[in-house]
Amino acid sequence: METPYAIEMLHITKRFPGIIANDDITLQLKRGEIHALLGENGAGKSTLMSVLFGLYQAEEGVIKKDGKEVTIHDPNDANDLGIGMVHQHFKLVECFTVLDNIILGVEPTKHGFLQKDEARKKVLALSEKYGLQVDPDAIVEDITVGMQQRTEILKMLYRDNEILIFDEPTAVLTPQEIDELMKIMKNLAAEGKSILFISHKLAEIMAVADRCTVLRKGKYVGTVETAKSSPEELSAMMVGRNVNFHVDKKPAHVGDVVLDIQHMTVASKTHKKDAVHDVSMKVRRGEIVCIAGIDGNGQSEFVYGLTGLEPLKSGTITLNGKDISKASIRQRSTSGMSHIPEDRHKYGLVLDYSLEDNLVLQRYFEQKFTDRIGFLRRDNIRKYADRLIDEYDVRSGQGPVTAARAMSGGNQQKAIIAREVDKDPELLVAVQPTRGLDVGAIEFVHRKLVEQRDAGKAVLLISLELDEVMDVPDRILVMYEGEIVGELDPKTTTQEELGLYMAGAKRDEVKA
Amino acid sequence: MKKNLLKNAAVQSLIASLLCIVLGLLLGFIVLLFINPSGAGEAILAVVKNFWNYSRANLQAKNFGNTLVKTAPLLMCSLSVLFAYKVGLFNIGAAGQYVVGSCACLYAALAWHWSWLPCLLLSIVVGGVYGAIVGLLKAYCNVNEVISGIMLNWIGLYTTNMLLATVKEPTSPYTLHLKTDATQAMLPTLGLGKLFSDNGNVTIAIPLAVLIAIAIMVLLDKTRLGYELKATGNNKNAAKYAGMAEKRNIILTLIIGGALAAMGGAFLYLTDFEQWSVTQSSVPGMGFNGIAAAFLGGLNPIGTIFASYFIQHITSGGAFVDLSKYSSQISDLISSLIIYLCGFVLFIKYAINMGIAKSEEKAKQKAAAADEKGGAK
Ligand SMILES: Nc1ncnc2c1ncn2[C@@H]1O[C@H](COP(=O)(O)OP(=O)(O)OP(=O)(O)O)[C@@H](O)[C@H]1O
Ligand SMILES: [Mg+2]
Repeated sequence: METPYAIEMLHITKRFPGIIANDDITLQLKRGEIHALLGENGAGKSTLMSVLFGLYQAEEGVIKKDGKEVTIHDPNDANDLGIGMVHQHFKLVECFTVLDNIILGVEPTKHGFLQKDEARKKVLALSEKYGLQVDPDAIVEDITVGMQQRTEILKMLYRDNEILIFDEPTAVLTPQEIDELMKIMKNLAAEGKSILFISHKLAEIMAVADRCTVLRKGKYVGTVETAKSSPEELSAMMVGRNVNFHVDKKPAHVGDVVLDIQHMTVASKTHKKDAVHDVSMKVRRGEIVCIAGIDGNGQSEFVYGLTGLEPLKSGTITLNGKDISKASIRQRSTSGMSHIPEDRHKYGLVLDYSLEDNLVLQRYFEQKFTDRIGFLRRDNIRKYADRLIDEYDVRSGQGPVTAARAMSGGNQQKAIIAREVDKDPELLVAVQPTRGLDVGAIEFVHRKLVEQRDAGKAVLLISLELDEVMDVPDRILVMYEGEIVGELDPKTTTQEELGLYMAGAKRDEVKA
Repeated sequence: MKKNLLKNAAVQSLIASLLCIVLGLLLGFIVLLFINPSGAGEAILAVVKNFWNYSRANLQAKNFGNTLVKTAPLLMCSLSVLFAYKVGLFNIGAAGQYVVGSCACLYAALAWHWSWLPCLLLSIVVGGVYGAIVGLLKAYCNVNEVISGIMLNWIGLYTTNMLLATVKEPTSPYTLHLKTDATQAMLPTLGLGKLFSDNGNVTIAIPLAVLIAIAIMVLLDKTRLGYELKATGNNKNAAKYAGMAEKRNIILTLIIGGALAAMGGAFLYLTDFEQWSVTQSSVPGMGFNGIAAAFLGGLNPIGTIFASYFIQHITSGGAFVDLSKYSSQISDLISSLIIYLCGFVLFIKYAINMGIAKSEEKAKQKAAAADEKGGAK
C-alpha cells in the first residue's frame, strides 16, 4: 500500500554532551506539502533536520522514505535520496562564483574536463522557471544575502531534489525577498516537491505551511493543521505561555546628545559610488532611534564606519562630546559604545572558543578578568559567565564551557546580546538584534532595548524587520542609497508611508 | 565506557600519533625490504634501538645524551611552528630563523669572544627581528608568510655561510670548535653531563627547552595575550571587532616564533656538538622537522616534547643501519619516511572518528535485529 508520506522520521533521539537535542521525535512529511517546524531557540529543529540530511546520526529511531526504511550516513546519501537542505548559516564557498557553487560536487564533465556551458543552461533555466534571480558569474562574497540564499536554493534544485529542507531561510531576508520566497515555495510544492520549513515567524508559517510540528526543549509537542490553528495557539504550544507581540513602553524622556554624526561618508568596497554619503544624525539619551531601509542601502557600511571596522572617507563622529572619528575600535568600545553585529559568525563570535570566553570578548582585558601580570582570572570569568547565562537564558549543552560552535543559532545570538548589553554602554548599536530568535526571545530583547533607553542610554537600532521598525523605536530614520531620506514618527506613520521612503519614492530634507 | 574514552580528543590525539609512528615504521620496513630483504628487519630494529645498539651502559648513556642534545633545538623549532599555528600562521620560516640564530651565536662567540649568555640573547634578538620581517610583510603588505618565510630561509642560509666563513677552520669548511677557541661561549652543563657518562655536550639547553615548552603552554592557555592571539588565529574578523590589535598580534607572534627557533640554533651550536659547514647549500632540516614534530605532538606544547624526542631518536637511530647492506643515504630516507607519516595525524584522527561512527551504527543494527527477533517470539 502506498503511503501518503514522502519522509517519515520515527522516534528519533539524538544526544549531545549534556543535552538530549531530540528526544523521541516523530515527524511525517506528506508528499507535496509544506510542513513547518516550530520551536524555541535550542529546541532541536536544526538538529532534527541535520539528522535527516545525514550530518548527524541519530542514536535511536528510524527514517523512512516512501514507506521504506533508509539509512543516511552522510549528505551524499541524502542527496541520493533526493533530500536537499538550505542551512541556517549558508555553506557557500565565498571566493567562488554563483555558478561554481551551484555545481560544486556534481560538476558535469567530459573526458575529465568541466562542461560549464551545459551547467549554465540548466541553472539559467531553473532560475527562470522559479523566479530565482541570480548572476551566475558574480563572486559569492560580493552578493547580497538574498542572492546567496537563492544560490543555495538553486543548488538544491540543480540536484533534482524532491525533498527540500529550509532551515530559517527568512531570518536574513528583506520583507520583499520573503514574499518572493513564499511564492517560490508554494510553486515548488504545487509541483509535488515536499518541503520542510523552519521559521520563528508565525505569520510566515500561517501563510505558507499546510501543517506545523512544534518542538519544545527537544521534545515533540504536537502537529497541527495551520488552517485550523492560530498564531496564538502555536506560540502557546511552543513556549507554554502566551507571548506579547507588542512592545510596551513608557513615553521617552529624551536627554543630551550622546551620538552626533556629521557629514559621514564611507567608501564602498564593490562600487565606485560611496556606500554612505554625507549622513548626519544625532541620538540622544533615553531614545531609541531606528535606521530603516531595504537591505543593501548602505546600512552595513554605515555601521562599519560608526564602529570603526572601516575608516571614514570624511565626516566626524562625536560620542559624549568626544571626537571619535579616528579612534580605534577598542577606544570606541571603552568610551561606551557597544555593537551587536549583523553577522554573528563573521564578527560576533570566536566559534571555537567556549561560551564563557565569548562572553568576555569585549572585556577580557579589564582588571576584573586579567590580573596585573597578564594572567586571566578564570574564576571571575566563570562567575560572570554564569550570571549572564542565567540572566539572559542562554541555553546550551554544557553551560559556560560549551563551544560556541555547538550552540543553536538563536542561543549564539542571545550570548552576543548578553555580552553587549551587559557592558552597560552609553550607546548601544544593535544591528538586526533579533535575527533568528524565537518569539519569546524577541520579546525579551525588545524589553532589554527599552530598559536601556529608560535607564537613560542611547540606542541605535538598525533593522530590516518592518514590525520591529514600527514597534520598538521612538524615531525612524530611513536610509536609501546611502543617504537619510526621511525622519518618521512611528506613532503617526504607517507601514505604507514607510515603504514609500524605503523604496526611494519619497524623500524629505533631513537635518540633524 | 571504552567508547567514551575513544571519543575524548586528547586520547584521540595520542592514539593518532602512535598510529602514525607505527605506520611510519611499517612503511620504512617495506622500503627496506624492497632494497635489500635480507637486512630489513635488522635495519629497522637498529633505527628504533638508537643508543641501545651499544651494549655498554656508559656508551648507551653517552649516546642517549647526544640524542637529547639534538632534541632541544628540534623542540624549540617545533614550538615556534606550533605557536604561530595557534595564531593561524604557518611559520615555515622557522628553518631560516633557526639558521640566523645559529649564525648569530657562533659569530659572536668566535669573532667577538662573547660569553654564552650574551651569545644566546643575541640569537634571540636576531631571530625575533628575522621573524618580525615576515610579520611586517604579512601585516602591512599582505604577503603570505609561507612565501616570505621560504625566501628568507635562503637569504638566511647564504648570509650565514658568508659570515661564518670568516671564523672557520683554515683547512676545512667547518667553523672553529668552541671547545678550543671559545670555551667562554659554551653553555654550562651544571653537572648534567655527569648523568650521561661525562657527555660534555649535555647542557642546560635541554631542561631549558622543556621549561620553555611549559611556558608556551601557560602563555597560550592562561594569559590575556594567549587569549588574544588564539582569538586572532581562530577568527580574525571577530578579533578585529573586539578591538584586538590584529596587525600587532601577527607581528608579535612571528617575533616570538622567530626568537624560539633562533634559540634552537643557539641551543645546538653553543654546545659545540656540531660545527657549521659554510659550504652547505640546503637549509638545515631542523626547522622543517619542527613542523612534523608539532603535528605529531598533537599541536600541544607538552605533546611536542615527546614528539621531538621521538623524531630525534629515529633520526639518530638511522646512523646504526648496517651500511654494508644499504647505501649511506638510507638512514636519512628511513627517518624522513617516518617523519613524513607523522604529518598524517589529523587524517588518522578523522579515520578514528569515522570508525567509531561505523561501529556504533553496526551495534545499533544488531540491537535492532535482536529486538525484532525478540518481538517475533
Ligand atoms: N554539534 C553540536 N554539539 C553539541 N551540542 C549541539 C550541537 N548542535 C546542537 N547542539 C545542542 O543541541 C540543542 C539543539 O540545537 P539546535 O541547533 O537543533 O536548535 P534549534 O532548534 O535549531 O535552535 P535555533 O532556533 O536557535 O536555531 C542546543 O542546546 C545545542 O546547544
Ligand atoms: Mg537552528
